[in-house]
Amino acid sequence: MTARFLKEGTILYGLFGTWYNALLTLLSLWIIVEWVPPLLDWGIFSAKTAPDPAACRATFGACWGFIHEKYRLILFGGYPFEHQWRPLLTSIIFVVLLVTSCNKRFWQPSLAAAWVLALITMFVLMHGGVLGLPVVESSRWGGLPLTLILAVFGLGIAFPFAVVLALGRRSKLPVIRAICITFIEVVRGVPLISLLFMASVMVPLFLPEGITVDKLIRAEVGIIIFAAAYSAESVRGGLQALNRGQEEAADALGLSYFDKTWRIVLPQALRIAIPSITNNFISTFKDTSLVVVIGMFDLLGALKASLNDAQWRTFYVEGYLFVAAIYFVFCIGMSKYAQYLENDIGRTTAKPS
Amino acid sequence: MSRNVIVWAVVIIVSAVGGALIQGQIDQKSAPVAAKSEPKSAPAATTPAAPAQTAATGGTLDAVRQRGSVLCGVNTGLAGFGIADSQGKWTGLDVDICRGVAAAVLGDAEKVKYTPLTTQQRFTALQSKEIDILSRNTTWTLGRDTSLGLNFVGITFFDGQGFMVRTASKVTNAKSLNGATVCVQPGTTTELNLADFFRSNNMKFQPVVIESLQELTGAFVAGRCDAMTTDISGLVSIRATQAKPDDFLVLPDVISKEPLGPVVRHGDDQWFDIVKWTIFAMIEAEEKGITSANVEQMKSSEDPAIKRLLGVTAGNGEALGLKEDWAANVIKLVGNYGESYDRNIKAQLGLERGINNLWTKGGLVYAPPVR
Repeated sequence: MTARFLKEGTILYGLFGTWYNALLTLLSLWIIVEWVPPLLDWGIFSAKTAPDPAACRATFGACWGFIHEKYRLILFGGYPFEHQWRPLLTSIIFVVLLVTSCNKRFWQPSLAAAWVLALITMFVLMHGGVLGLPVVESSRWGGLPLTLILAVFGLGIAFPFAVVLALGRRSKLPVIRAICITFIEVVRGVPLISLLFMASVMVPLFLPEGITVDKLIRAEVGIIIFAAAYSAESVRGGLQALNRGQEEAADALGLSYFDKTWRIVLPQALRIAIPSITNNFISTFKDTSLVVVIGMFDLLGALKASLNDAQWRTFYVEGYLFVAAIYFVFCIGMSKYAQYLENDIGRTTAKPS
Repeated sequence: MSRNVIVWAVVIIVSAVGGALIQGQIDQKSAPVAAKSEPKSAPAATTPAAPAQTAATGGTLDAVRQRGSVLCGVNTGLAGFGIADSQGKWTGLDVDICRGVAAAVLGDAEKVKYTPLTTQQRFTALQSKEIDILSRNTTWTLGRDTSLGLNFVGITFFDGQGFMVRTASKVTNAKSLNGATVCVQPGTTTELNLADFFRSNNMKFQPVVIESLQELTGAFVAGRCDAMTTDISGLVSIRATQAKPDDFLVLPDVISKEPLGPVVRHGDDQWFDIVKWTIFAMIEAEEKGITSANVEQMKSSEDPAIKRLLGVTAGNGEALGLKEDWAANVIKLVGNYGESYDRNIKAQLGLERGINNLWTKGGLVYAPPVR
């Protein structure tokens, strides 16, 4: 009787074929009916978008008016209000450049030149001091541009260090090997938050009197050290996965260590390591939000700063959702790109026999 | 293969350029400071173990003049005291102290560079000369005043710890909280004061410990605890932002003294004096009825105290190492203490003057004679 309606392979069979599938279906239906309408009501129908805290408190719905009122503080932190086109432009350049760099068609020397040019432009835009732009100290930078700067510079500078550390860990020279192992293990053995505290609280005390290093740079160095140690292990994974024959062949050809590493080993090892490196990149991007503990207004820090306004203190759910959406867009972008790269490499690389 | 080489070359070039830019910034930042040529009487490196030796070697005033700005350590965000508004501009009572000092020293209240600091960073930042003044709702205690190598300048706000309860609970004073569950933030003096209060009154309580103030408030409003405790100024503002403020009651009992004020480094007495008298000038101005609006007319007043304060009778400025119109600038550009209080604490938190009123009006705010 049942078999007539519920043939294997049909949707209906998938939903109600067995007693536990039926139970799960009913449970899911109940959850959807119970949760979706109130969520829609909260987020859209009863929501207030006018920046009026009194009206927001009077309604049951979400208060998008908080975002409306504070989005510039959240996105750009304490950057001078009338100059916020500068961080906006910087963020746009960053995103355009990152997206462009993802496309293999643009992997040409001109891309390197574009990066150099763009980095100089972005620094000039953010810092000012020339072309009639007033100087804005890094202590006033904040929001999305700060998150991007911390992440992109942090990862960009950490990566070469990571490669060197990974190679050093496999070195035949005991001293170099010991140094690299110690560095990696010590840094991996402590949480990022402790490195940031070290950079922001301890370092100024160790410096000679009268010398101060910019807080942004101290935090950035902490992130670089951390990201380098983690990425080094990913790179080492790639190095170990590489067939020994490749190195032996290079030795047989009489290539120098540098040539062997640069032309034979690294290009292959790094390809293998792409998934785990991407994983590192995504987690480091999100880890930059930890700079909030040292009083820097990155995207999350700027949100927290705006939530301290007594008028708007109760609307943190809306604020966190807004910031989560921004983080999500960036992280999903990175992970989708990594998937694409993996597939692409899987297609184009011959399997080692 | 060559494509890959290019990609990695790009990565390395980017790093190099980034490093160079950052390096350039370090040089730029440290150059003027290093050029200051201070007498090195204090040890070069100081550790938290011996912070008392972080004594400043003087010259903060010169450094501020040379730099053209006052470096001010503020809260990362506390409404009424130090908070970036929707336009990213710093406002608050603590912020106004720094603006006042900038007005007194440089004649321009906007020449302040703000460094938002967390509780953990604040003293280090001052010790390592990252900032000239720490104006970040810091409670004056003996320990901090002595062993940290710092000097508390004065009291700009008299706070104290209190309790908030639900009106429906019919509790009207803290002594009847025996057996209550109390929402409290961990790791602060607040938590210790709470335990002290209940122990000294032979009462029992059940703490509900939550790190973030927002979540703490949420837990209290949702009914997870009978009372919540933090500084009175905080309780009043939290109550004011609830949908139904009348459902909550801030108890009249104050269980601790929290005198808040700015902090400077030990050993630079001239700078200590300047910050101290900037605050006193703001208080004196309120007492004499001088506001940012009428300061120019007041200059022709016959009252000798006003004439001295506004520099019409010379002497005070010279004694501090400042121009004679220092106090007039503070009042003109920042306002007197009452103006600053109304603009920040009252407008943002809805907190009345109470004990923070002038001594002539039943409060504790008092300035020595400016003469």
